[in-house]
Amino acid sequence: MGRLDFVARRLLKSVAILLAIVVMNFLLIRLAPGDPASVIAGEAGAADEKFISQLREQFGLDKPLTTQLAIYVGGVVRFDLGWSYRNQRSVADMVGERLPATLLLTVTAFMLALGVGVGLGVLAATRVGTWADSLVTVAALGFYATPLFWVGLMAILLFSVNLGWVPAFGMQTLGVQMTGAARVLDVAHHLILPALTLAVFFVAIYARLTRASMLEVQDMDFVRTARAKGLAPARILRAHTLRNAILPVITFAGIQAGQLVGGSIVIETVFAWPGIGRLAFEALLQRDYNLLLGVFFLTSVMVIAFNLVTDLVYSLVDPRIEVGS
Amino acid sequence: MTELWQRYRRNKGAVVGLTVLAFIVVLAGIAPLLFPASPWEMAGAPFQRPFGEFLLGTDMLGRNVLAGIVHGARVSLMVGVVSTFVAVTLGLALGALAGYFGGVIDDALMRFTEFFQTIPSFVFAIVLVAIFRPSIASIVAAIAIVSWPPVARLVRGEFLSLRRREFVQAAVVVGESHLRIILGQILPNALSPVIVMASLMIASAILLESALSFLGLGDPNLMSWGYMIGASRSVMRQAWWMSTFPGIAIFLTVLALNLVGEGLSDAMNPRLARKGRT
Repeated sequence: MGRLDFVARRLLKSVAILLAIVVMNFLLIRLAPGDPASVIAGEAGAADEKFISQLREQFGLDKPLTTQLAIYVGGVVRFDLGWSYRNQRSVADMVGERLPATLLLTVTAFMLALGVGVGLGVLAATRVGTWADSLVTVAALGFYATPLFWVGLMAILLFSVNLGWVPAFGMQTLGVQMTGAARVLDVAHHLILPALTLAVFFVAIYARLTRASMLEVQDMDFVRTARAKGLAPARILRAHTLRNAILPVITFAGIQAGQLVGGSIVIETVFAWPGIGRLAFEALLQRDYNLLLGVFFLTSVMVIAFNLVTDLVYSLVDPRIEVGS
Repeated sequence: MTELWQRYRRNKGAVVGLTVLAFIVVLAGIAPLLFPASPWEMAGAPFQRPFGEFLLGTDMLGRNVLAGIVHGARVSLMVGVVSTFVAVTLGLALGALAGYFGGVIDDALMRFTEFFQTIPSFVFAIVLVAIFRPSIASIVAAIAIVSWPPVARLVRGEFLSLRRREFVQAAVVVGESHLRIILGQILPNALSPVIVMASLMIASAILLESALSFLGLGDPNLMSWGYMIGASRSVMRQAWWMSTFPGIAIFLTVLALNLVGEGLSDAMNPRLARKGRT
């Protein structure tokens, strides 16, 4: 199977899943207790009869369910995710402007987690039974059991409140206009704590996985052959063991994409990071269901895109797959 | 059974985990005896530091933090166990059908499972609880709905391989019904990895519940660990103990459950147990 074929099939599947999510979104808002028109009226803060019947007409709630569904799907295809009555703005605009902050946070955390996690895993696997190995194993077990939001709060207490090293909230220093390098540095300074907190949980997972995978690959015939050929140990580690041991880690990273995005919601709430996670929290406080479903849709798109990327990376890294030949 | 325990006992971490877990379960069980008053009630002056009149201090309304933690244990364990039970039942049913019948049924069920595995589970759980109003029932349902897919996949795999085994073929020849074969022949042989997975799922369900309550999506009538931490955020600078102790409670419970899960895995699959560790 050529790569184009592979990509086309994966794309098709992603579109199908997205469509299913859109249909589910539609059903959810209609299955919710209370008539959608009165929910919307409640969101707008004005629930009198006239307004509700006006809304009913405006949204075609008097039409059959299938027609309503068609209208809804048609809207989403044009990236119309509905209207937030609480904020008097389109949901697509609101999630769109918050997306860059979330991407910055999740991508930084992911890179950090993958780099440090794989590094620690290799360290542990090449020093089995030493204190370094035990430390990695124990730390992984510990972080795996700790709620992310709590790690965030403890990190704020320690590094912001007590030590004063990094800012605890937001993405930029308020009230100061900065440009160029100063602004980048300011954002980076604010990014440190949330990104590290979000990464920590995944470091634990990747370290454990890399360690187990390395130990398994180390015993395989092709590694023994490489050793028998007299290759330098560092080269065997890099070109033979790690290249194969990394595969399950990549697969897992794809599966975990949803958790990364979910984690960012909690982290953004804890650190007041102005991304879509924080937006979801605001939507919760205001009971703004359209906005909440918009966030859900966008995070689903993110996860699906992330899965696609990991699949492609997998096909590039896996020495057994010859794509495009 | 005794043999299983013999093998379980060899894993020191698992024994420690079981002890800690037993302690938490007992605490949760006798919570109404230890702290008969409602954990929402004022017990003393607000913002008392820990290790004084109250072992873990009081919160901004003078509520006893320790009482909150002990009562919160009931909610956490209950939500963890019930949602896992529902998720495992759902996963068992769908996985068994897919693996046993194969073909079109398998394809359809696996697409369905894949869909639920792709959507970001935590965000989905938030949406479900928010739309159906926060209550203990909606929380349990939401956690179960986002947790069953791995069980279905695992069970399907087991059923696929067991389906072709001789004892199953024999049952088919004897003329046993599908239901009898599924429940009586295959299921008992597929159960041990499911039990291991379930113990780990209780742990993640507890984490999930705490995150939901932290975001304000807990049952408004029940004291829970996540709620306590969420409520402490605004006074974090004055009262570190309010957020610290409930977090430690979550950590210990989840860690204990994970250790028990690993111990069970070692004990039930002795051949796999030593793989990947030396």
